[in-house]
Amino acid sequence: MLLCEQQTPRGLNQLPRKKTEMELAVNITLLLMLCATVFAVVKLQSLFAIVMLFGIYSLLSAMIFVALDAVDVAFTEAAVGAGISTVLMLATLVTTGRWKKKPERSGLLPLFVVTITGAALVWGTLDMPEYGNPANPAHHHVADRYIAESPTEIGIPNMVTSVLASYRGFDTLGEVIVVFTALVGVLSLLQVRRPRTFARKQDNRPDTHRRRPYPVLQVVALIMMPFIIVFALYVQFHGDFGPGGGFQAGVIFAVAFILYTLTYGLDDSLALTPLPALKILAAGGVIIYGGTGVVSMLLGGNFLDYNVLAANPVSGQHIGIIVIELGVGITVASVLITVFYAFVTRAERNRAGEKQVDLPNKAD
Amino acid sequence: MDSIFTDILAGALGRYNYWVVIVLMMAGFYVVIASTNLVKKIVGLNIFQTSVFIMYISIGKISGGTAPIVWANAELYSNPLPHVLILTAIVVGVATTALGLSLIMRIKHAYGSVEEDEILALSQAEDEDE
Repeated sequence: MLLCEQQTPRGLNQLPRKKTEMELAVNITLLLMLCATVFAVVKLQSLFAIVMLFGIYSLLSAMIFVALDAVDVAFTEAAVGAGISTVLMLATLVTTGRWKKKPERSGLLPLFVVTITGAALVWGTLDMPEYGNPANPAHHHVADRYIAESPTEIGIPNMVTSVLASYRGFDTLGEVIVVFTALVGVLSLLQVRRPRTFARKQDNRPDTHRRRPYPVLQVVALIMMPFIIVFALYVQFHGDFGPGGGFQAGVIFAVAFILYTLTYGLDDSLALTPLPALKILAAGGVIIYGGTGVVSMLLGGNFLDYNVLAANPVSGQHIGIIVIELGVGITVASVLITVFYAFVTRAERNRAGEKQVDLPNKAD
Repeated sequence: MDSIFTDILAGALGRYNYWVVIVLMMAGFYVVIASTNLVKKIVGLNIFQTSVFIMYISIGKISGGTAPIVWANAELYSNPLPHVLILTAIVVGVATTALGLSLIMRIKHAYGSVEEDEILALSQAEDEDE
């Protein structure tokens, strides 16, 4: 603590004062906007409005991440939080309905619990080191080494990618397996089927399954898809030099196919990307990642030690990072596409009014 | 007097991010425990989760630093480690959200409702039947 107090004035005086003041003002404003959005979410009863506000909340937090220098995180949050999460929630609303009922439960007890917890947490922050101080302990354990050594040791400019793919490669492998496991969970709860198969059973209502053609949207979607896919590939392979990488690229790639499904319907998009292929790709990405680790072990290194992949350790790191990022991108993209298909299948089943026989049907 | 005031202001500004994070976190927590609608609960859980992300990124920020990508004019880089942890956490977050939403759709299918109290009443009625 004493160390911090001594170093603060010196550290701050070195910085251009105007810049830090600007940063602070942007930060304060964005955080206040975030609070306003959240209070609207707490108050509102329309689930559609709540989900849309959640998208705005994610976009605002992505802006805060940019202001706080976390460009990679901002990219991911904008694509995942504001994009995919919102789309998945909207797809759920098709099944569950757009309006929630007024809470019958009294809000007083939860309010009491929340206030007490919040007060305890605020009390805890009084011992936290000051925000933005370069002398804070969080910046001096392994971060120093990442900043000083990674540009020469790994040889790529984006330190976040170096840490993600190389120094903490085990963590990232674990995350990819979690994403894959989520797909297994979703597919065991919901199935992916062509809407045509429901329609055949419903001969008396032949037209319910057929989407109205949306010629303008379909043409625009077809024009946009190649650009989205090229952008995804750019984000995938430029992640070493700027913000980006497998996670973001996978999400953007999935968005291209989600757009296609929204405009052309599930029938056409399942013909474009068959379910078995998606399942194989989702598992294949994990295998590519884990396989890189096994190859590095066979070449005499440790698991996920890319130094041994080429004669020169730095080129070995380059090869390793490109390969595992590719594995991450393939898994994330195919998992998100398949999850979206599963959600759409459920929504289409409701639209087709298919009666369920496998489970007791209560109030449908 | 003036120096005490500036000290308090500096202390408050130094913790402002953490306090906003706590407000957001508690708002998300409130939605999770007070709302009866399961979809709204998932939104609350996501708000809670994003507030933790903002907390980590705030801890990693260094005043006057730049994004941790090598740049000739940079004097100071923000800490890349929290960025890595949160980047992967966001993607895992969407995976768990997807799982939660699919559970909700199955619950809707089985009970015909996504309101917690109605589901409880239905399952209690079922237990009494047996």
